[in-house]
Amino acid sequence: MTGQAVVPRRVDVLVVGAGPAGLAAAARLAAAGAGRVEVLEREAQPGGVPRHCAHGGFGTWTRPLTGPRYARLLTEAAERAGATLRTGVTALDWAPTGPVLTTVGPGGPETVEARAVVLATGARERPRAARLVPGTRPAGVCTTGELQQAVHLFGQHIGTRAVVAGAADVSYAAAATVRTAGAEVVALVTEHPRAQAGRARAGAARLGHGIPLLTDTTITELVGHGRLSGVRVRHRDGRTAVLPCDTVVFTGDFVPEHELARRGGLTLDPGTRGPAVGATPHTSRPGVFAAGNLLHAVEPAGTAVREGARAAGAVLDFLAGTPWPEPGVPVVVEPPLRWIAPNRVTPGAVPARHVLRTGVPLPRPVLYVHQDGRLLHRQRLTAGTALPERTLTLAARWHDRVDPDGGPVRVSTG
Amino acid sequence: MTVTADGPLPPTPYDVAIVGAGVVGCAVARELARHPRLRVALLDAQDDVGQGTSKANTAILHTGFDATPGTLEARLVREGYARLGAYADDTGIPVERVGALLVAWDEEQRAALPRLAEKAERNAYPDTALLGPEELYAREPHLGPGALGALHVPGESIICPWTTTLAYATQAVRAGVDLHLNTAVRAARRSGGHLLTTSRGTLRARHLVNAAGLHADTLDRALGHEDFTVTPRRGQLLVYDKLARPLVRHILLPVPTALGKGVLVAPTVYGNVLLGPTAEDLHDKRATGSTADGTAALREQGRRILPALPEEEVTAVYAGLRAATGQEDYRITAHPGQAYVTVGGIRSTGLTASLAIAAHVTGLLAENGLDPGPVREPEPLTMPNLGEASPRPYQRADLIAADPEYGTLVCHCERVSRGEIRDALASTVPPRTLDGLRRRTRARAGRCQGFYCGAVVRDLFERGRA
Repeated sequence: MTGQAVVPRRVDVLVVGAGPAGLAAAARLAAAGAGRVEVLEREAQPGGVPRHCAHGGFGTWTRPLTGPRYARLLTEAAERAGATLRTGVTALDWAPTGPVLTTVGPGGPETVEARAVVLATGARERPRAARLVPGTRPAGVCTTGELQQAVHLFGQHIGTRAVVAGAADVSYAAAATVRTAGAEVVALVTEHPRAQAGRARAGAARLGHGIPLLTDTTITELVGHGRLSGVRVRHRDGRTAVLPCDTVVFTGDFVPEHELARRGGLTLDPGTRGPAVGATPHTSRPGVFAAGNLLHAVEPAGTAVREGARAAGAVLDFLAGTPWPEPGVPVVVEPPLRWIAPNRVTPGAVPARHVLRTGVPLPRPVLYVHQDGRLLHRQRLTAGTALPERTLTLAARWHDRVDPDGGPVRVSTG
Repeated sequence: MTVTADGPLPPTPYDVAIVGAGVVGCAVARELARHPRLRVALLDAQDDVGQGTSKANTAILHTGFDATPGTLEARLVREGYARLGAYADDTGIPVERVGALLVAWDEEQRAALPRLAEKAERNAYPDTALLGPEELYAREPHLGPGALGALHVPGESIICPWTTTLAYATQAVRAGVDLHLNTAVRAARRSGGHLLTTSRGTLRARHLVNAAGLHADTLDRALGHEDFTVTPRRGQLLVYDKLARPLVRHILLPVPTALGKGVLVAPTVYGNVLLGPTAEDLHDKRATGSTADGTAALREQGRRILPALPEEEVTAVYAGLRAATGQEDYRITAHPGQAYVTVGGIRSTGLTASLAIAAHVTGLLAENGLDPGPVREPEPLTMPNLGEASPRPYQRADLIAADPEYGTLVCHCERVSRGEIRDALASTVPPRTLDGLRRRTRARAGRCQGFYCGAVVRDLFERGRA
């Protein structure tokens, strides 16, 4: 016989995803007495992406931590608060009505009914195919996520000479992992005129470790049968070359892991491709909340943790009877901006700030916020250059000037 | 059961050697394996079956409605369609009978539809129907604006090409065929029987079947025949995410023009959407790369057919090479006195026709002096299900209750369980690479391409092979 179990199991809050956002939400909900709080994690271990980020940059200024240590602390906090963590269990789909999910794990299929669901399914990097990088399909092509797991969780051999596609912070983390694995980093390659990482980090890689950074350069083809033998690159001025290598790591270009959100019919934002939300984590489906990098691929783990905790507050209010808010007015970006989050303006709830991304470097950018042709706000972002793959922040103090019955709010650079 | 990938080849002569373990070579091997007295070898230069044209095509089970009437291809596709359809039902090869719509985008194309319906009838396929725009859009609500009508071909179906090839090979090997992988044929000559010089030493056989696909002309020349030249025709294809699957219900075919068959949009049995192929005549039989121009052109054409499609994520890009010979028919030739059959020019319809080609080739071998001996039907076979139209292992409570490994998902995008990976590694024709494992299970074939599952799948593969 096939199909799902007939009798649903009931919990109070079901959190999907045991990464930083999901664990933080579960910890706060369980501590606040939300009842039975259950976290579903499809991986064998909780902790999310930080599990395999074997580098610093997590925790706080006063208490810096590596990714794995951070993941462990978040897991322990959720368990200590009384949340139930179920690993190796995959949320498959939604039942037609209510926040009810079907799941599967080694124990078989299950239907879990919850008073509220928090989606915290995170984000992943776009792989080579989605980036439409031409060429053959040899072995030796991966993303940072796969590279880090291969090296830090499984101790696998990853090749001898690696090209890293990208020059953002994650790209430098990938380069460090390549070196940890005993392989050589041939170069970092970016189509942009400079690295999208801090000057100190980029300088340390280039000068300290002798890793070349090829700017204004595009990977135009992967070469090799069986195993990768090289990547063909083209500089903006037309020069081309083949960089011999047996490994290429595609880094950055994160997208939300939004399958469950889409299957649930949640309204998605066209820019982030995650659920559309305002200052609060309410999605378009009553009873379903969203938090973390599902909403904005990608922000640091600390941001995901803060959002998870804030989502818990909204869930508690909802369980106590606060009505579901109206969807509000959409906030859209115009190219070269790529996305903004939150991407709705809802009456009575103002976020601390918006985060957004540009697709190209913007020198001394000024952001304009319009609604129906009316200028609501103008803000100089930075005296320097705004870079792709780096967080830009826009103040939210213009929200009270938005006409709740008006058209979409447009954020542009001119 | 014998599958080898290294070491010397057996010294004793085989009754039949088949060069090329693609879908056609494997089908011939399976057909010959029905005769237990025959000693049969199946050779391939690569490390797995179906690694050439057979793995990278449009995965369609063709009715043959648009074949050139009277050709060998038309007959074998028609027969093969019935044979493979029944075989798929018996073995669990994923097939979805979605039907095709030939969509007319201008007046000239609409005028061509009745002629195509007549052609289908001449190919013994009378079930087509002409649809007006209203009915067309009711059937395909996401179709781009401007379509004037369509010809409905209800029998056109989608199929899993990997499982098909693997099913043939599995049955052949289980029935006693020796499958020798990593065995490139470097020279062939007649000395008593056939004497093949390969990368793994010499192999002798009384009869020879040339199913070498793109390289069939090379082997043919080695045996003194100058009948045809294979010009690789590259087809690049884009595979869109499973989340795009609701956008399309049928195989959407263009109306054929003088410029070729054109680009199609079709669902896959795995629940993706396929866009392609391009048609580029090349000289390099290894040019299986995609190009920026090729994918850009496909995306442009895809946007017209299904405007919402380019908004979806691309899961895979691949390119296959068709064995074009400059003749609009298969080049299947028996060479009397040489105990040799050439199976050349098998184009994109070869998957559909494979079982009929195998029966035809076996007949030619018998006419050529091969005594096949008695028949013993092979043991029934059930292949692992990679298709979304029937329950996958993770959806089967009974299977998980008996073995929790089927509920332990490893590749999340494709929902592949640890049990399926374990089974593939222990199968009759086991994978030798992660790509081989992907074709048997779909592990790492999904939208994340290994971001989440790559390292753990590799760990299972390496430990399972150790």
